[in-house]
Parts: sequence; C-alpha cells; structure tokens
Amino acid sequence: MSLWLVLAVNSVTLGGLLFLLSAGFSLIFGLMRIPNLTHGSFFMLGGYFAASLIEWGLGFWPAAMVSGLLVAALGGLVERLILRRLAGAELAQVLVTLGLSFMIADVCLKVWTGDPVRIGTPPALQGVTSVGSFAFPTYRLAISLVAVAFAVALWALLDRTRLGAMIRAGVDDPDMARVAGIRVSRLFTIVFCLGAWLAGFAGVIGGPILSVYPGLDQEMLPLALVVVILGGSGSLLGSLVGSFIVGFLYNFGQAMFPELAYVVLFLPMLIVLVVRPQGLFGRPAV
Amino acid sequence: MKRLALAAALVVLTTLPFWAGGTFYINIGSQILLYAVFALGINILVGYAGLVTLGHAGLLGIAAYTAARLLNGGHGHPAAVTAALALTLAAAALFATLALRGSGSGIGFVMITLAIGQIVWGVAYRWISITNGDNGISVSSRPSPLGLSLTAPAHFYWATLVVFLGALGSIAMLVASPFGASLRGTRDQPRRMAALGYHVWMIRFLAFLLSGLWSGVAGLLFLYYNQFVSPQAVALTASAEALLMVIAGGSGTLLGPVVGAGLVVVMKNVASAYIERWNFVLGAIFVAIVVFMPEGLVPGAARLWRRATARTAAPTVAAAVPAPGEGPAQ
Repeated sequence: MSLWLVLAVNSVTLGGLLFLLSAGFSLIFGLMRIPNLTHGSFFMLGGYFAASLIEWGLGFWPAAMVSGLLVAALGGLVERLILRRLAGAELAQVLVTLGLSFMIADVCLKVWTGDPVRIGTPPALQGVTSVGSFAFPTYRLAISLVAVAFAVALWALLDRTRLGAMIRAGVDDPDMARVAGIRVSRLFTIVFCLGAWLAGFAGVIGGPILSVYPGLDQEMLPLALVVVILGGSGSLLGSLVGSFIVGFLYNFGQAMFPELAYVVLFLPMLIVLVVRPQGLFGRPAV
Repeated sequence: MKRLALAAALVVLTTLPFWAGGTFYINIGSQILLYAVFALGINILVGYAGLVTLGHAGLLGIAAYTAARLLNGGHGHPAAVTAALALTLAAAALFATLALRGSGSGIGFVMITLAIGQIVWGVAYRWISITNGDNGISVSSRPSPLGLSLTAPAHFYWATLVVFLGALGSIAMLVASPFGASLRGTRDQPRRMAALGYHVWMIRFLAFLLSGLWSGVAGLLFLYYNQFVSPQAVALTASAEALLMVIAGGSGTLLGPVVGAGLVVVMKNVASAYIERWNFVLGAIFVAIVVFMPEGLVPGAARLWRRATARTAAPTVAAAVPAPGEGPAQ
C-alpha cells in the first residue's frame, strides 16, 4: 500500500475523531456563546474512564458508552452548577472552563500517572480489510464509519426532530425562542451534555489509535478550535468539512514537513479568516 | 497621601536587595517585576479593551526565541533586542489582524488567540532545527547597559525595576490619555464609538500592538533572567498564568496586574515547595476567583473594605433602615 493511501486513511480517521469533538464544541458555542475550554479535557477523560472500565472487565463498546455518559454527567454538573451563573460573562466563562481543565488534567495525572494508557482495539475490528488490492486497517475504517453515522444522526436530530428545531431556534435567537415558550435553559443543559458526551465518546474510540496521555487535552483542544474557526461556529456541516480539512493537513503536513505540522494548520486558518471571517459555513454575525 | 504611598512603595522596591535577605528572595523580586511587565501588557487588552487573550505567551516566546537565536549566532545585545522587539511587533500585527477579523463575526477573540498561541507553541516544540525543540536554547550572557554588568542578582533586579517602572509609567499615561479613554469606550460601547466616528478596529489594533510590545519586553527580561527559553514558556499554561495575574489583581486597574503578578509568583515559588500539584491549585484559584470575587482582588478587597468600614462608621443608618423581610410584623 502506498504511503499516500496510508496517510489518506489516517487523515480520514483523525477527521472523524475531530468531527465528534468539534461538533459538540461548535454546538455549545453556537447556542450558548460559551467557549468551552474543557472540551479537550472531556476527550481525555473519556479515554481514561474507558481504559479503567475495560481493565475492570467491561467490553470496549459498553465501556465507550458508559464513559461517554460519565463525561456527559460531569458536563451537566459543570453547566448546572457553574456556567449557568456566568451567562454572558465571556471572561468568567473562559477562566472557569480553563481552570477546570487544569484541575481535570492534574487529577488525571495523579490517578492515571504520567505514562500513556493504551486502549486495546476491540477484537472484532482488529486486522485489516481488503478492498480490491489494498488492505486497510479495519479499526480506522470503523472510526470513519462511526463518524459518518454520528454526522447523519446529529443532522437528523437537528433537522428532523422537535428538539432539533428548538435547538436551532435557540441558536438563532435565544430571547425570541424563550418568548415562544421554549425552555432555553433546559436546552443549554441538554446541548452541553450532548457535546460532552460526544467528546468523551470520541476520546474512547480515539484511544486505540492515539492512546491516552497527559497533555492530550491541550493537544486536541486547539485542533477543535481550528476546526470551528475554519468551518464556522454552530454549523454541523462546517464542523464536518473543517474536521476533514484539519485531519488531512495535519497528517500530510506531519509527513511532508514534520517540523512544521502546526504551521501548516495556521495557513488555512489565515486564509479563511481573511476571505471569509465567519468560517466556511458560518453565518455572518448580525 | 497617594504620593506619599507611591514614594514609600518606590523606596521599598528600590532597597529590596538590601533587606530581602538573600539571592533567592531578590530573584523572586525580579520574577515578580518581569511578570508584572507581562501582565501590564496583557491588561491593556484584557482590562482596557475588553478583549480576552490566551495567546500572549506566544508573543513573549517569539521575543525570547528571536533574541536567543541571534545572541547565539554571534550578534550583540543591541541588535538582538531590537530585532526581537521588531519581530514581536510584526507577529502581534499579524495575530491582531486575524483575531480582530474573526471576532467581528462571532468567533471569539479568545478562541483565535488560543489557537494561534498553541500554533506558536507547536513551532517552538517541533521546529527543532530553529528552536532546539524540548531542550530549549541557553544564552551565555546578560547584557551590560551603560557598562553596568547585570550578572549579579541585585543588579539584574534593579534593571528589571527600571523597565517595570517604565512600563507602569507609560501605561498610566496611556490610560489617562484620550487614546486610553477611547479604548475604554470601545470596550464598553463599541457601536456607539463607531457611530461617533471612532475607528474601533484601529483602536483595538493599536492596543494589541502595545500589549504585544510589552509582552516582547517581558520576553527579553524572561530570557535574560533565566538565560534559557524552552517551549514551556510558550505553553497555554503560561498564557493562562499571565491571565490569572491580570484577573486576580483586578483587570482594568493600573496596579491590579502588579499585585496579581506578585501573588502568582509568590504562590508558585512558595506554595510549590509544599504543594506538589501547582496546576490543580492554579485551576482552583481560577474557579474560586470567578465564583467569589469576579472583579478581582484589588477591587474586590476594596469592595469588602468599603462594606466593612461602612458598617462600623454608620451603624445607626443601618439600624434605622430595616432590611427587607425584617420590617415590623403587621
């Protein structure tokens, strides 16, 4: 298999993970205007929780579900107990979410030590799948499929259900949505939990590829930020496209200019901000 | 009264090397002052322009790395310092353009500065042929301005003090100037400022440049103090610590960042001798400040002080006006 094909598969896989991570971030920012800097920590926590659950004998997928739920519960607590009081105060939100991310990172360091924790690939997805004359690692294909499935499910949720319509109304005009009788504050909690759940789940299924280690949170968060800057906030399609752009640039950049992989990320950000500051699929601010 | 306090503070600061009792404490003094310069610079944006940045450690790092590279390349201190500040200003101009462009359309200023800061960190960490990666770059000598060697801790402290006073004085003048007033205007009422004919974008851009310049100066002090720079100086934690200094002391006040810098540096040096988990403490302080003293320590303490003194000074008034719910029963 040629090097380029390997890179392409890896890019699609990373893009899938980034989509799960950034879709939640983008929804939270789009609806609540909260730059949730704990999002990388949710990703890392998901991975750590699953690693421990698997060690205690749970299967991979049940562990992924449970860790996602644990992270979602934590996200719900953060939203209900702290962020709720800080509506509209961007500086306070930034400080609190950043402070929490430091606390989470430090607790993780204490509990799971500084050594990388590896999550085993689920047995059914080990090995390679042959397509024509090419052999692809099955697990990476599976991640891409999971990401696509989630993209479709999220789209259906937002576009085809009553809850989705309420969320869209909240993103467009929270005050008007309130007047129309939508309990926006409950939407906030739901969306925050959903975003946290997606991030935690992404951390688990990313575990077999990336493993889980201290600093993973601060590595994933900027990638998610770049995705949202590229794709536009509050847009699912933007997250999807942005994720794959970042996935490809990051992997190809690392292969071709190993020292400059981060600078390669900077360039599309620069172009998008200059040409279309609201992001590729974002709507301009009113 | 105010002048007396200022003069007293100046005397205390100047004589610090004589009474501090040892190199360790003099060095902590230098650290506080150099971080105070950094925090003062960030406060121009965070406090007076209302733009929260999490990428300024990147600017500090650009100055430190540029100077370190040039010094090790055999250039003199004046050339290295000039080039470092010039490059930092250029970088600040680029970052400001991007961050202001995005934030005008809904994507947060803070998110863009964070992403840019992390990219600078990635460059420092990964571009090994330029930055020597995780190992960092060492610098062998400190400069000798006007023939005075800064090798001794006390001498370096005084040099830092001079720079710090320069920063404090110039920022005090800036805040009191018409530009300072228009900057606060763009923070509080950007639309009205635009309607009044002020160029909001340009005002913010200039504020970013100024704060970038002082971050660069802090970067040079950082480099000369440690005689070493590594990606740690550029990491998100560094930006966050600096932001904590500004917020802890009280953003948008002149002396707040200085108090905050003292607090954070002392905590870091003293507390970390007893507490292993500095990052946890840092995070907990962030959360605690936001929850209990959202306006910062200096204004927050002032508020508590006013409340306490008001209570002791005017008990009769307080007693005469019944609190809601405490009125006489019908």
